[in-house]
Amino acid sequence: MQNLFFIFSCALLSFALNAKHVFLSPSVNSQEEIQEALIDLEPGDILTLEQGEYFFEDGLSLDVDNVIFEGSGINNTILNFGDQISGAQGLLVTSDGVTLRDFAILDAKGDAIKVIGADGISMIRLRTEWTGGPKETNGAYGFYPVESKDVLIDGCVAIGASDAGIYVGQSRNIIVKNSVAQYNVAGIEIENSYYADVFDNLASHNTGGILVFDLPDLPQQGGHHVRVFRNKAINNDTDNFAPEGNIVGEVPRGTGIIIQANSDVEVFDNDIYGNGTVNLSIVTYGYDTDDENYNPHPKSIQIHNNRFGDGGFDPDVGTGELAAILFELSKGDMPDIFWDGILPMNQMLFGQPDEERLIISNNGEASFLTINPIKYMLPFFDPVERDISKYDGEIKPLPEVILN
Amino acid sequence: MINSLYAVDNIVILQDKFPKNLSDFSFFEDTQAQIPSKGVIPYELISSLFSDYSYKQRWVYVPKGKKAIFNQDEVFDFPVGSALIKTFYYPLDERDLSLGKKLMETRLLLRKTHGWEAVSYAWNETQDEAIIKKAGKTILNEWIDFKGEIQSVRYRVPNKNQCKECHTTNDTLTPIGPKARNLNKVFDYQDESVNQLTKWMKVAYIDEIDIELNTPVNWEDKRHSLDARVKSYLDINCGHCHSSTGGANSTGLYLDLTENRPTHRGIYKKPVATGRGSGGHEFSISPGNPEESILLYRMISTDPGVMMPESGRSLSHKEAIEMIREWINKMET
Repeated sequence: MQNLFFIFSCALLSFALNAKHVFLSPSVNSQEEIQEALIDLEPGDILTLEQGEYFFEDGLSLDVDNVIFEGSGINNTILNFGDQISGAQGLLVTSDGVTLRDFAILDAKGDAIKVIGADGISMIRLRTEWTGGPKETNGAYGFYPVESKDVLIDGCVAIGASDAGIYVGQSRNIIVKNSVAQYNVAGIEIENSYYADVFDNLASHNTGGILVFDLPDLPQQGGHHVRVFRNKAINNDTDNFAPEGNIVGEVPRGTGIIIQANSDVEVFDNDIYGNGTVNLSIVTYGYDTDDENYNPHPKSIQIHNNRFGDGGFDPDVGTGELAAILFELSKGDMPDIFWDGILPMNQMLFGQPDEERLIISNNGEASFLTINPIKYMLPFFDPVERDISKYDGEIKPLPEVILN
Repeated sequence: MINSLYAVDNIVILQDKFPKNLSDFSFFEDTQAQIPSKGVIPYELISSLFSDYSYKQRWVYVPKGKKAIFNQDEVFDFPVGSALIKTFYYPLDERDLSLGKKLMETRLLLRKTHGWEAVSYAWNETQDEAIIKKAGKTILNEWIDFKGEIQSVRYRVPNKNQCKECHTTNDTLTPIGPKARNLNKVFDYQDESVNQLTKWMKVAYIDEIDIELNTPVNWEDKRHSLDARVKSYLDINCGHCHSSTGGANSTGLYLDLTENRPTHRGIYKKPVATGRGSGGHEFSISPGNPEESILLYRMISTDPGVMMPESGRSLSHKEAIEMIREWINKMET
């Protein structure tokens, strides 16, 4: 056994000895130097950008597996794309097992960091920011891993994205933690993804704090197993500045958390307050679709042990439909938790199957509103129901996400 | 013996490291004049990708005694040691091509033992050699167009990773153009004018195949229906990424020739992760409303955060924009 350990250690050591560690400092040729270094890396190598500000006219890209691309600190190594002329993102990663850490990407013309099809990607202590404040002309996403597996976003900061600061799409096995998302349209968004843990994050001063969405007509859909816990989704008070046409353009200012479609979502132990429209919404996908494989309704959603504070004090009735409808139905008495009540027809008549029921338990004094869709369609009935106790039930905790 | 002087260097194609100079491959008997060596055959595609109004010359090389294998809807399966060679250039004056040209870059796709590799060589100022540029390069160029107007371009030689952005199918680097259907046309070889596929059979680059293929039309050829021209243009310009196996498959927008589902072709399709690329519009294609269609908006734009394709273009393709505008305009709503 000891022998085996010895051999293993030697293997590790020789691996480390063969790997190269490249250091670069800011220069007038940073674009070419850094891009060439990224191309010339081999698995196991490290590229370090020393402290300083680096300027780019074109995007950067990385396509080598198992390398580390790092700076010297989230405020010390700055990759500035303010003068970018070409490239749809600041940094594009298309390889597996990459670690990005300790730098900032500023003012990219499109997305700041996009990762496509990675089997393993770690983004640690990075910052993506549009420095001119919330603007429609800002890039769409700060952090944008898509079609990836084993995604880690840890200790990152995302500011000013015109769609989502941290967006994970069509991926599986995801951890987003210890991160800060501010002044984006959506702070953190998990979309069409499987097995995500979102915890210990701060989502504040966005239009909407944390979004768990599922959309039709995509290669991966039917998002499920998402845990949102120990986050602060607070004071989301920035006007929606998304370009029209985008789904997040419908999110009203002052939304804490939204769950749209998806199954098996557990939201617990969060602080949710200061959201002027509604602290938490659970809604059905609101557009027509002829995608037969798509389920527009949320199911098996559990909301428990959260701490709700003030909310609904400044509903954004001018954005999308949700706030206006809710304002009208609630006669201005906006709830902390809203469920639109829309279900497949048979479930509207006969109720949800037990295992798909919405559970809302132990959320302190949180107020609640849902719409009874049958009564909504009939005259003379008040469709509004506010009794939260009907949704009490036993919590079945979802499993923890473990990255490979 | 005389022939061998101008033979392609098979060893250089297969070696691990790319050589510094394009001439090291001996693809050309005269590199500067772009006169090909023995076994290097010129070809054209029926419709070709827009690359900032640059002109392209293409050649194929298949090592002696080997053959490329035909696939119905895919590119030929070229044998190890093959090369696809493409030179990008601008005429000095489009009104009179005999006045000469400025060579920009020569891109190579090399079929190595483990698969394809892409690399580009940028031409030097004196135009007598092209030198490897793994990290890409920006070249400013001016030329006189058909109308006698001076045009300028900030031309980008792609870096190695950008080659892969387009040339990827199911995560594997592959050529895009040389599918049998894209080659199914007559070409003027100096000694004869003959269908390119017939020529490839003749020189034994491929086995005998039936050339009754579902062939795309030349999008510029107005004798064909607008619909067919647009389909062909979108296939060659967008379909390599926007297909269910391409780099943009996460968008659900598929513009390759084989896709027929209206939503996936963009009709009333809502954007997914488009950001400001949507331009405030609701659908990829809004029938009857070209100016409210994201597809046209992104073709017109030259803003790097908005434009499509994402790389390989810095100018708008006016003629294609007009065609797409007319096509969307005439769609039934």
